[in-house]
Amino acid sequence: MAQTEIIADSARNGAESDPSPSVGSVLARALRGNVRQYGMLVALALIVLLFQIWTDGILLQPLNITNLIQQNGYILILAIGMMIVIIAGHIDLSVGSLAAFVGAAAAVMMVEHHMPWPVAMLVALVIGALAGAWQGFWIAYLGIPSFIVTLAGMLLFRGGTQILLQGQSVAPFPKGFQSISSGFLPEVGPHTDYHNLTLLLGLAVLVVAVLQELRGRRQTASYGLEVLPLGLFLAKLAVITAAVVVFTLLLASYHGVPIVLLILGALLVGFGYLMRNSIIGRHTYAIGGNEAAAKLSGVKSKRVVFLAFTNMGVLAALAGLVFAARLNAGTPQAGINFELEAIAAAFIGGASASGGVGTVLGAIIGGLVLGVLNNGMSLVGVGTDYQQVIKGLVLLAAVGFDVYNKRRAGS
Amino acid sequence: MAGPVLEMRSISKSFPGVKALSEVNLTVAAGEVHAVCGENGAGKSTLMKVLSGVYPHGSYEGEILFEGEPCRFKDIRASEQRGIVIIHQELALVPYLSVAENIFLGNEHATRGVISWHRTLTHAAELLRQVGLEESPQTRIADLGVGKQQLVEIAKALAKKVKLLILDEPTAALNDEDSRKLLDLILELKAQGISCIIISHKLNEIARVADAVTILRDGQTIETIAIGPEGISEDRIIRGMVGRDLEHRYPDRTPDIGEVAFEVRDWTVRHPIDQQRTVVDGASLNVRRGEIVGIAGLMGAGRTELAMSVFGRSYGRWSGGRVLLHGREVRTRTVPEAIRHGIAYVTEDRKHFGLNLIDDISRNISLSALGKVARYGRVDRHEESRVAESFRRTMNIKAPTVFTRTGTLSGGNQQKVVLSKWIFAEPEVLILDEPTRGIDIGAKAEIYTVIAELAAQGKAVLVISSELPELLGLCDRIYTMAEGRITGEVARADATQESLMRLMTMSTASSNEQV
Repeated sequence: MAQTEIIADSARNGAESDPSPSVGSVLARALRGNVRQYGMLVALALIVLLFQIWTDGILLQPLNITNLIQQNGYILILAIGMMIVIIAGHIDLSVGSLAAFVGAAAAVMMVEHHMPWPVAMLVALVIGALAGAWQGFWIAYLGIPSFIVTLAGMLLFRGGTQILLQGQSVAPFPKGFQSISSGFLPEVGPHTDYHNLTLLLGLAVLVVAVLQELRGRRQTASYGLEVLPLGLFLAKLAVITAAVVVFTLLLASYHGVPIVLLILGALLVGFGYLMRNSIIGRHTYAIGGNEAAAKLSGVKSKRVVFLAFTNMGVLAALAGLVFAARLNAGTPQAGINFELEAIAAAFIGGASASGGVGTVLGAIIGGLVLGVLNNGMSLVGVGTDYQQVIKGLVLLAAVGFDVYNKRRAGS
Repeated sequence: MAGPVLEMRSISKSFPGVKALSEVNLTVAAGEVHAVCGENGAGKSTLMKVLSGVYPHGSYEGEILFEGEPCRFKDIRASEQRGIVIIHQELALVPYLSVAENIFLGNEHATRGVISWHRTLTHAAELLRQVGLEESPQTRIADLGVGKQQLVEIAKALAKKVKLLILDEPTAALNDEDSRKLLDLILELKAQGISCIIISHKLNEIARVADAVTILRDGQTIETIAIGPEGISEDRIIRGMVGRDLEHRYPDRTPDIGEVAFEVRDWTVRHPIDQQRTVVDGASLNVRRGEIVGIAGLMGAGRTELAMSVFGRSYGRWSGGRVLLHGREVRTRTVPEAIRHGIAYVTEDRKHFGLNLIDDISRNISLSALGKVARYGRVDRHEESRVAESFRRTMNIKAPTVFTRTGTLSGGNQQKVVLSKWIFAEPEVLILDEPTRGIDIGAKAEIYTVIAELAAQGKAVLVISSELPELLGLCDRIYTMAEGRITGEVARADATQESLMRLMTMSTASSNEQV
């Protein structure tokens, strides 16, 4: 599914046509305008390759891949919401604290009040929505800068967490709840060396991805736009197929698809679609691109910003639940620096500090770049001190590269 | 009188595609007040930017002699060091710093980077006395009215040892009392030997303070008139300002005018920050089906403010007035409401208020009516592209495809995208604010054709323009505005550039009474 977004974008960016394009110029044009996202995809592949060699193949072992997903799930969930907030031209510093607060609330509900875990989860998500709406209200309707409002929220929810937990960790969670973070898709069918349902799911993803590619190509052509030459297109399909097959086999040879990956996949597809194809998504980009023009075109910018923050609240709650489930405890120290990781992921993944630019897929790619760096460096034995230095430089380099590129393109 | 303090000889300045100044000459005698007049876009501001070094030496042709010496200013600082200080219409004061701090901003009384407050405050107090402002130097700028802020600007210029003071529309934002004080001050400074260039639309003020007036039109010097003790008639100045050539072909049309479609009654708007100021004062107008109606007015007349306020109260603070469509009162308190009632406003400032420059043509066109290409909240990209493509063809938008970013288009093509956006919204009433500003002649003619077609389809079209020939060529009827008021309504058959300009420069003294 992930590929469809790039196709949609390449349809737009590969737009300017000239009579007899060479392969190189087609590629160059397809890449231009979306250099950041393609660049990051390439960078991600290179980083993976680098650490694969460096760790003597440990990085891509089924166990480690599964770990990687489960360790980074909550950051990726936050990065999706953060990307939308940043596209709208805002920022949210409170998500780490809010995640902790919701995790704590869930712990209190489930452990101390023995509430059934699905009910508690639902209540927790509603708490997140209310917290997001609270901040969105101040930002959108009262015009207070989001930096200030969410900085206040960061303190507010952190303090709230400590009050709820009274400085103690609350544990343990019911088994069912823990599985949202550490569980896997159940196994069905005959015993094979692989996880059957995972194989089926992988096959389904592959079919959908290839169909989307074909559809996108047909549609692009129907606009009279230039498409990739057939050879290159087939090569692209081959790369996609290889990536899906390898990834599926890796997961299937261990415990199968982690539940958290299913959640992420659903969010990626859902929010990707929302931002690409829905009116409200379009309005979000318009506000970030030029709020004055959007308002004068009849866009209800206050409502859109309010909803973006409410949505961020729900996703922060979800991330808080996933993190609490993984830790199997609600703790006062949860979620520290999550907001910074999520913001970094969004910017590495192609967001623009002035808003109006970015994709949900970009946020995921950015998050994965950070995640693989974390995981890979830990495996090689780089200390957390140097890890932070390196991550900081990567963020600076990614955004600096983008700014440099834009300036050269004269925009 | 002594020799000239300033001579600007054959100044020419081009921007891509436009020649803003062509062989302009301006000579200011020492110790005189010299007025510069001209319609919007005549080149007054450009000329002053050349003089003050905003456009550095080398970016224009011709030469500048100040006190007999050739000058090659590389920036504003260089011209200020020679004693040329420009005060812009939009004052350049920092609101939360004190009067004294503002006066010496960039020019501080300091020793090795440490400010001497004693010298700063005593010098500031002295300068304030000189300009007749009775305020403490420690007052915050934000606590002063516009009139007093203007005096602070002049004090700031005096601190820079100004020899030639340039004032761009100094009284545009002032009430009568403050205007009178300011003009008196200018005469006082003149007595102290400070020369002054004053750009103004208010011809009665020019007649009062100026010793000579230079008239610019279409980037050229038309004439310089010395004003003797007998004064000058406003008609004499108007005759020089108007008379631009009818350089464009306007579409032939036989207007088919129906009943009144759109009506504004007694519309009053106050300034968004300075709420004492009435920007639009009891304006009433109407437009019929199939009619093209113009609004003429000089800078600061309140035309854009009226239009934006009617369009969902997008400007200032509304303080009275009604909008009627086909005789029925409608509410236009928000932009979506105005759009729902079939009103469209095409902005004069397409880059800031019209387009999302980082997005493509198709998404810009669909933005104000996304619902038309969407079902159940899902945008049909295929349909959207098809719509955009048809506009690209019919409006002749010069771009490779509809997926080209609007930021890369020329001004004329950007304007066509903005127009397409609003035509796609299918309004009944279109308010077009300076629809041909800053675009080339070919694109202008195309846009005139589009406007004529819209009227032929039975839409009510209101055109705001600073170009009188454009209004005369296009409109069936023209309103004039000055100082926030409608000062006249003229049928095309009865209108001439002179008669319009007279209405546009009519002073409505009572409109600015202090509240």
